Amino acid sequence: METYSFLREFADSWMLLFLFMFFLAIVLWVFRPGASKEYQDTASIPFRHEDKPATTEEART
Amino acid sequence: MVNYFKLIALGLITFFALIAANYARDLAYMVHALIISGVSFGLFIWVLRGMGTVTVHAQDEYMDDVIRYGVIATAFWGVVGFLAGVFIAFQLAFPVLNFEWAQGYANFGRLRPLHTSAVIFAFGGNALIATSFYVVQRTSAARLWGGNLGWFVFWGYQLFIVLAATGYLLGGTQSKEYAEPEWYVDLWLTVVWVAYLAVFLGTVIKRKEPHIYVANWFFLAFIVTVAMLHVVNNLTIPVSIFGSKSVIVWAGVQDAMVQWWYGHNAVGFFLTAGFLGMMYYFIPKQAERPVFSYKLSIIHFWALIFLYIWAGPHHLHYTALPDWASTLGMVFSVVLWMPSWGGMINGLMTLSGAWDKLRTDPVIRMMVISVGFYGMSTFEGPMMSIRAVNSLSHYTDWTIGHVHSGALGWNGMITFGCLYFLVPVLWKRERLYSLQLVSWHFWLATIGIVLYAASMWVTGIMEGLMWREVDANGFLVNSFADTVAAKKPMNIVRGLGGVMFLTGSIIMCYNLWMTVRKAPAKEASLSVAVPAE
Repeated sequence: METYSFLREFADSWMLLFLFMFFLAIVLWVFRPGASKEYQDTASIPFRHEDKPATTEEART
Repeated sequence: MVNYFKLIALGLITFFALIAANYARDLAYMVHALIISGVSFGLFIWVLRGMGTVTVHAQDEYMDDVIRYGVIATAFWGVVGFLAGVFIAFQLAFPVLNFEWAQGYANFGRLRPLHTSAVIFAFGGNALIATSFYVVQRTSAARLWGGNLGWFVFWGYQLFIVLAATGYLLGGTQSKEYAEPEWYVDLWLTVVWVAYLAVFLGTVIKRKEPHIYVANWFFLAFIVTVAMLHVVNNLTIPVSIFGSKSVIVWAGVQDAMVQWWYGHNAVGFFLTAGFLGMMYYFIPKQAERPVFSYKLSIIHFWALIFLYIWAGPHHLHYTALPDWASTLGMVFSVVLWMPSWGGMINGLMTLSGAWDKLRTDPVIRMMVISVGFYGMSTFEGPMMSIRAVNSLSHYTDWTIGHVHSGALGWNGMITFGCLYFLVPVLWKRERLYSLQLVSWHFWLATIGIVLYAASMWVTGIMEGLMWREVDANGFLVNSFADTVAAKKPMNIVRGLGGVMFLTGSIIMCYNLWMTVRKAPAKEASLSVAVPAE
């Protein structure tokens, strides 16, 4: 099979399926238990450290 | 030690640029070689005079100098780009403005790419670089990575803008929409862009927060995707290394498809993903409350990334492009409506519980109307991508109106909002000089956009209908010149809309200037004592 036909067939079958499943997995992962609490913390990042970087002690890795 | 290498490199660049200017095969190339040799000679002197001094990068402070420069550059290029736009709008209404003495340099064909690149890449690009540097530092709680590399990104980008703009006027263009700069300018932009990616990613990697805030995801997607698009769409072979002319490696319909894959994703990732990064940081900041739904923002991000990249073929309906490809582009464009509106809802609903701020704070009003325009133009866009609608709208002024409701409404207004937010913070002022002037700017800009978009709807649909009108025998009723004559009143209204938008931006510049000069300084809230220098 020539390269074009092969890539074309691969793209609209397995690759499409892979990308779609990847996306669905992200959606499911976003709604995992305990996510809301974590995201609340993440969403408030812009309201910390406005004037200067965090010191090593403050780092929350 | 490094400075010696810098001096050697700059000296060599100056020397070879002068040789290139001598052997130049065309005017654009020669002028560019002279600009490059002048810039590198100036840098040579500057490095030489600075020998022995060491720049200190205090890790307990944010690197804000480069952002201040970025804010000034954004405002400056904005006014330049809007002015060019107003001028070419009146050139279309009054062809006499294509002056005989400036033929070949300042006629519509030469100035049009100057306008589009000035607003998209100079105004929009500087806004993106400045805000992304601001946001990535604040949300990573870390100083910008790479020391002076941030400065290289800023000045390197300005050099790219100057080379691109002068090239257009002198005829150095590869005639690809939004990708006009010739091969050596493209190579330079690639170098600057890789440095930009390094600075941004370096800062994200050394962050002191466990999570990467959603705005940084959008900025990163914008930087990475634009790098990929830029390289693939500019794979050209120069005819001579002493000339600006180059030939693209893609041929025929493949070239057209690559161009619009680039062109539409320049809209999708430069003008959408990057500016959504601004939205996700500055709207919560100005509204003083976190984003409406962080979960929605993650889904918004991935949906946008997965869908946008396929939408390009809708620019090539009824061409040599295979039908399946343009159908694919059309379907993805329509599906794209959902993440776009998801993002719009997320931005607007961030104000829930604080809607009263719309009455009192003209800056948040500006940000909200920008999200409103985002919603409108992302509704209009998918509709226009449907093949049947496109057969009426394509090649007409409707497209121009659509682009401007997106660019002036969404990109322009969110950038103005960010500038109004940033200037008092960066120059440590308590507040803006005048909120009343912000209101003036808001209304002038909004009414200007409405005039622009409405006149382009009327003239675009009229044009489309006139082109397809046939008489009983199947002959076309109108000549092309008939449609041009019929468009005149709407072209004038469009120009007036542009004048209002430009006036608003000049008022903004005055207001920001006076904020730095006159607004009371913010003292007490400085949390660190600044050490004496």
